[in-house]
Amino acid sequence: MNTASVPVKEPVQASLPPAKAAHAVAVVAATNSKLRLRALLAVPIMSAIGIVIHLTVRKNDPEPDTTSYLIFLGGILGLSLLAGAAQFYFDGRLRRWMAHMFPIIAGAIGLLCAWEVITSGVRLLPLPYFPSPASVLRNMILDWELLFDSTWHSLLLLLGGYLLGAVIGIITGICIGWFRQARYWGMPMLKVIGPIPATAWIPLAMVISPKAVFSAVGLIALAVWFPVTMLTMSGIANTRASYLDVARTLGAKPAFLIFRVAIPAAMPNIFIGLFMGLGTSFLTLVVAETVGVRSGLGWYLGWAQAWAEYAKVFAALVIMAAFFSTIMTLLFKLRDRVLAWQKGIIKW
Amino acid sequence: MVTASPRALNEGSSLRVVEVSKHFANADEPGARTHALDRASLSIAAGELVAIIGPSGCGKSTLLRLIAGLDSPDSGGLWVGSEAISAPSAERGLVFQDPNLFPWLNVRHNIEAGLVARGVLREKRHEVDEFMRLVGLETFAKAYPHHLSGGMAQRVALARALINHPKVLLLDEPLGALDAFTRMKMQDEVLRLWEARRTTMLLVTHDIDEAIYMSDRIVLLTQRPGRIDRVIEINLERPRQRNSPEFLRFRSEILEMLHFAGKAAATV
Repeated sequence: MNTASVPVKEPVQASLPPAKAAHAVAVVAATNSKLRLRALLAVPIMSAIGIVIHLTVRKNDPEPDTTSYLIFLGGILGLSLLAGAAQFYFDGRLRRWMAHMFPIIAGAIGLLCAWEVITSGVRLLPLPYFPSPASVLRNMILDWELLFDSTWHSLLLLLGGYLLGAVIGIITGICIGWFRQARYWGMPMLKVIGPIPATAWIPLAMVISPKAVFSAVGLIALAVWFPVTMLTMSGIANTRASYLDVARTLGAKPAFLIFRVAIPAAMPNIFIGLFMGLGTSFLTLVVAETVGVRSGLGWYLGWAQAWAEYAKVFAALVIMAAFFSTIMTLLFKLRDRVLAWQKGIIKW
Repeated sequence: MVTASPRALNEGSSLRVVEVSKHFANADEPGARTHALDRASLSIAAGELVAIIGPSGCGKSTLLRLIAGLDSPDSGGLWVGSEAISAPSAERGLVFQDPNLFPWLNVRHNIEAGLVARGVLREKRHEVDEFMRLVGLETFAKAYPHHLSGGMAQRVALARALINHPKVLLLDEPLGALDAFTRMKMQDEVLRLWEARRTTMLLVTHDIDEAIYMSDRIVLLTQRPGRIDRVIEINLERPRQRNSPEFLRFRSEILEMLHFAGKAAATV
């Protein structure tokens, strides 16, 4: 990211006569500062608007104490002003980050403002199903212990199921993709059993497993296993024949062909399977927690709904969004590292 | 930049192809078979550089795959030295028109691949630097294949094949995808490697100039089913002159044999 702008500027300076070069630099600087000013002011202005809106409509909010939301918006206002001042003293990194992130942060605050106007402001949506953002934040803070505990349990369940399913999926995928015998017996099984949604196994899983946690781990693993196996298998089976030919003439034995040629060649496919599996694992996790397991974010959702505490439902949804997207981001980071060699070949 | 090797290298080994035939099952018509090679025989001395030319689909690549051991013949036999060829081996290196570098490995690791495959990386690690220098790529050790130009990628492919010290190096139109200038430069590179190591080389090409410029002998194959039509001895001094009268005489001779000399010549 940070290298992108540098090489562009230098050749411009080098190739132009001094007077024109100076002009070019001035133009670049001017557009930079204009962009910076707009980006710089977006967040403070937006959060100030948020505060004004909140102060105007807070009397309509059934939530008795909304100070936390005020502190939240005030904090963003303060931090953004601080960052605006700090960027004059720091190197370009902070400035570039701000130029990149401030518009999207301002947009998010804008959405919060719109939400508050629609709920507390004009009362467009029925209560208690659609609480204001201030109410959601307050409930999140009040119930943080239970929310934290639920997130932790969801994380353990998800990781257990996902890793189990991914490992088994990669192994079966490699076997079915490489060995003819494994393909003959494995493919029909994969084709028949694979497409059944993992959640359809719930009635059976509850009977088989002594504890709901085990059946949940098994269901998540099953949900991950199918796409991972499918994609790994096709990646291995479609390894370019010429790579294998070259490896053979270099003296490769079967282990080299599998581990050093077929698997690296299948890696992009394997990651597609891992991403698809991650999606299905989220779904299965929430369903399993809603019906069997007595902890986790899915369980929390159902519990809050049963008590008609919709602010808590929203709070759980916000946490889920943060939780799932963080895990997704981690998988992206892993992919970027493992498939670094693809940089420049394909667009991610 | 000829890197004169201190040791007198003589790595090549003789190669014998005797009465080899090969059919392929036809993918479009079940039951139908394509006759790719018909009782082809060829004998190459150790350290010789022989070029094979012929119309496309004449079984040139099939012959190379048989020698590499990637396919087996329907009848006939192949020998390197006194050893019969039955399976692929590091003794017979193969370089394709597409360099086929492993895209997930950088230049250094691509060149190392043969050592890793044979399980001798630990003992022979020092040779990796030697071969990267040999093909002039020491500064590109960490670059990934897709950052390399066609000529550079092909040099990596050559180094990757040569690091196993093959007795025979099979070159399947290795310079076919390069532009004319790069190609002429790479011809000199390959000759330099050949002169330094005296590896037996079998070069499939459809560039007549390339065949005359590089090889000791040129083997002409007929249209499918491929059969050895003629063998032409190129008894020119090395380094050769692409524009010398002798060179041009060989050229017109071969063009006439292939009936490509032009309409006027054909009607004579």
